[in-house]
Amino acid sequence: MSKLIYFLVFVCSFAYLNTAKEKDTVHVVKVGSKKFTEGVILGEIIYRLAGNSYKNVQHLKELGGTRILWSALINGEIDIYPEYTGTIKEEIFAGKIRTEEELRDNLRDFGIEMSEPLGFNNTYALGMKKNRAQEFDIQKISDLHKHRELKLGLSNEFMDRRDGWPGLQQTYNLSQENVTGMDHDLAYRGLENGSIDVIDIYSTDAEIKYYNIKVLEDDLNYFPEYKAVILYRSGLRKNLPNVVSSILRLEGNVPESSMVSMNAKAKIDLIPEGAVAAAFIEKFGFKTEFIRDSFLKRLLYYTKEHIYLVLVSLVPAVLFSIPVGILAYRKKKISNFILGLTGIIQTIPSLALLVFMIPLLGIGSWPAIAALFLYSLLPIVRNTYSGLQNIPLHIKESAEVLGLSWFYKLWLIELPLALPSILAGIKTSAVINVGTATLGALIGAGGYGQPILTGIRLDNIPLILEGAVPAAILALAVQWFFDLLEKFIIPRGLRT
Amino acid sequence: MPIHLKNISKSYHTAKALNNISIEIEDGKTTVLIGPSGSGKSTLIRIITGLIPADEGEIVINGEKLNESDLILLRQKMGYVIQEGGLFPHLKAHNNVSLMAKYLGWTKNKIEKRITELCGLTKFPADGLGKYPAELSGGQKQRVSLMRALMLDPQILLLDEPLGSLDPLIRYELQNDLKEIFRNLKKTVVMVTHDLSEAAFFSDKIVLMKDGAIIQSGLITELVKSPADNFVVSFIKAQRSFIEPERINE
Repeated sequence: MSKLIYFLVFVCSFAYLNTAKEKDTVHVVKVGSKKFTEGVILGEIIYRLAGNSYKNVQHLKELGGTRILWSALINGEIDIYPEYTGTIKEEIFAGKIRTEEELRDNLRDFGIEMSEPLGFNNTYALGMKKNRAQEFDIQKISDLHKHRELKLGLSNEFMDRRDGWPGLQQTYNLSQENVTGMDHDLAYRGLENGSIDVIDIYSTDAEIKYYNIKVLEDDLNYFPEYKAVILYRSGLRKNLPNVVSSILRLEGNVPESSMVSMNAKAKIDLIPEGAVAAAFIEKFGFKTEFIRDSFLKRLLYYTKEHIYLVLVSLVPAVLFSIPVGILAYRKKKISNFILGLTGIIQTIPSLALLVFMIPLLGIGSWPAIAALFLYSLLPIVRNTYSGLQNIPLHIKESAEVLGLSWFYKLWLIELPLALPSILAGIKTSAVINVGTATLGALIGAGGYGQPILTGIRLDNIPLILEGAVPAAILALAVQWFFDLLEKFIIPRGLRT
Repeated sequence: MPIHLKNISKSYHTAKALNNISIEIEDGKTTVLIGPSGSGKSTLIRIITGLIPADEGEIVINGEKLNESDLILLRQKMGYVIQEGGLFPHLKAHNNVSLMAKYLGWTKNKIEKRITELCGLTKFPADGLGKYPAELSGGQKQRVSLMRALMLDPQILLLDEPLGSLDPLIRYELQNDLKEIFRNLKKTVVMVTHDLSEAAFFSDKIVLMKDGAIIQSGLITELVKSPADNFVVSFIKAQRSFIEPERINE
C-alpha cells in the first residue's frame, strides 16, 4: 500500500512541475476559431497579422461552436475570433436586434468590439446533388415542401439554432420526418454516397463546386446576412492598439472569391490552413513564414498534452476515490448513495459533460481535466468498495479479533488485500481516460484529439490516424504499465 | 482468566441460535463445546470474541462485564484460531505472527525472541517463517495461526474447529502437540469441535449442546456413565469406533 502512495506522490509532483512551467506573466493575445475550415483559416490570418505587431500571440483552433467561443471571449479566455453578423444577431442576441448600430451597442455592453465587415457574406443555404435536384425538379427551398420522403442531414449546430432548422421548417412549412443531426464535414460525404438528400451548407464552402451541388434558392428570404467580422475585446484596443490596427486591415479586404478559393485550397487540395493564410496576407505586404512542424515534433507535442490531461485528472481522482470507496465500505447506510452517484456521473455523455464544464472553468485543459476526473471516479470507487467487501469473512474476523484499531486494521490488512482490485479500478480509469481525453480537443484542451478533429474536418484520413493510432498505442501502454506496476506493488502472497 | 456466560440468548432473524445459555469456564482449564451442526457452539465462541453481539445476557471475563468500549484491549488478551487458519495471505508467516507485537511497539529483539520460543513450542520450522500462507501446508498454517494467537501470551485461547480441515495423520500429530501446549501454558482454553474423541482427548470439561441449549456438561466420564437423556446416549454412540466387536471378529 505504501508503495502505491509513494508512486502517487511522485506522479503528483511531476504533474505539478509541469503546470508550474506553463504559467506565464506576459499577456498572451489569444485568437480563437470555430471547428470549421473557414473559421480556422480566418483565425490563422488574424493570428499572423497580430503576430506581426506583437510577439505573444496564440491561436486556439477548432474550439467547437458559437456558444463556446462567445463565452470564452466574454470571459477573456480568448481575445479575438472571427464571427458572422447573422450568427451574432440570431444566435447570441436571440433575434432581438435589427440594425448594425444596435448590434455594436449591445456588444459594447459585454466589452466586445466588432470590426467592419471583412467583405464576404457566408450565409446558410440548403444544397442537394445537382442530379438529385433535377430528378425531383427542385430549384428553391419551397420546392422541398412537395417531397416529404427526402432525407435531411443537418449540421448539429444548425439543428437547434434560432436561425437554423426550427425556423426554416416553420417558414417553409417543411414536413420531412427523416432529419438527422451530424457533423457538417461528414454531411458532404453522406450526400455523395446517397445516404442523405439535402444538407445545410455555407455559401462559401469549397465543396459546393467540388461535389457538384445545387444551392437551393432561399425564395422566402429566411436566412439573414452572415457578413464575416472580427470580434475582439475592447481592452485590446487600449492595451495593444498595434495589434488591433493590424488585424483591422482585413476590413473590406476579403472578397467572397478569395474566401471560396482559400477554402478550396485547404479542404480540397489539403494545404495546411497556416500556409493558405500566409499566402493570403502577403498581399498586405506582410511576410510570415509558415513552417509545418515535422511529424515527430507534432506527435511529441500531442503526446505531451495528452499525457498531461490524463495524469492531472487521474491522480486527484485516485486520491479522492479510494477514501470515498472506503467510506462506502465502512458506512453501509450511505454506500448505495455513493455508488449510485458516481454511477450517474458515468452516464452523462462525455461531450455534454465537457460542455457543462465550460461555464465553470472556461475553455482549455481545465474543463477537460475536470470532466476526466469525474469519469475516473466510478471504476476506482467501485473497485475499492468491492475489493474491501470481497475479503473472505474468516480473514476479516481474524483481523477483527486481533485487537487492532479500525484504522490499522484497514491500513495493515484490509487495504493491502483489496489492493489488486483497487489497482484494477485505477487501470480501467486510466485506459478510459486516454480514450475520452481525445474529446478534449473540442474545448481547446489539445492532445491526440486535435489531429483527429482536424482530420475529420478536412476529410483527411492520415491526419485522423495521426491522433487515433497514438491514442490506441497509449491506451495499450497504460495497460501494460499497470500490469508491470502490479508486479511491484502487489505482494507475492496475493498473486495467483 | 475465568469466563462466565450468563443467560446468553441469540437469534438470527427468527431462528433461535442460543437459548438462555449459562456456563462457567474455569481459569486455566480446557473447556470443549461440542454438538451437532446448528447446535450453537460456534455462535457461542464468536459471542465470547465479541464478533457478534448477544441479544440478551452478559459475558463476564475475569470479573468484568464485557462491553464495546474495552473490546479492543480485551481482544489483545485473547488468542483466536479458526478452521481455515485465518492467516493474512499478503503477509509472510513471520509478519502474520508479529503483526500485533509490532503494532504494540515491541522491540525487534523481543519479537525475535518470542518467535523463536513459539517456533519451538508449536514445532514450526524456522525456515518457514519467510513463506506466505499459500506456500504452507495445512498443518503448518494451523501452527502459524496458533503462533499468532499465542504471540502476546494471552490469558484466553479460543479455538473454533482448529483441526477440522486437516488430514488424519497431521491432525493426530497436532492434537498431541496442542494438548502439550495447553498443559504447559495453563491458559483458559475454549475449543469448539464436533468430534467426541477429540473432545474427550482435550477436555477438562465437555459442554454438549443441541439446538441452542446445553444438554449436559461435565467430565467425559460423567457423560458416558450417566447421560442426561437419550440424545447424549445417541451422540456418544454415534462416534463410531472402527474397533467395533463384530468387525474385529470378522
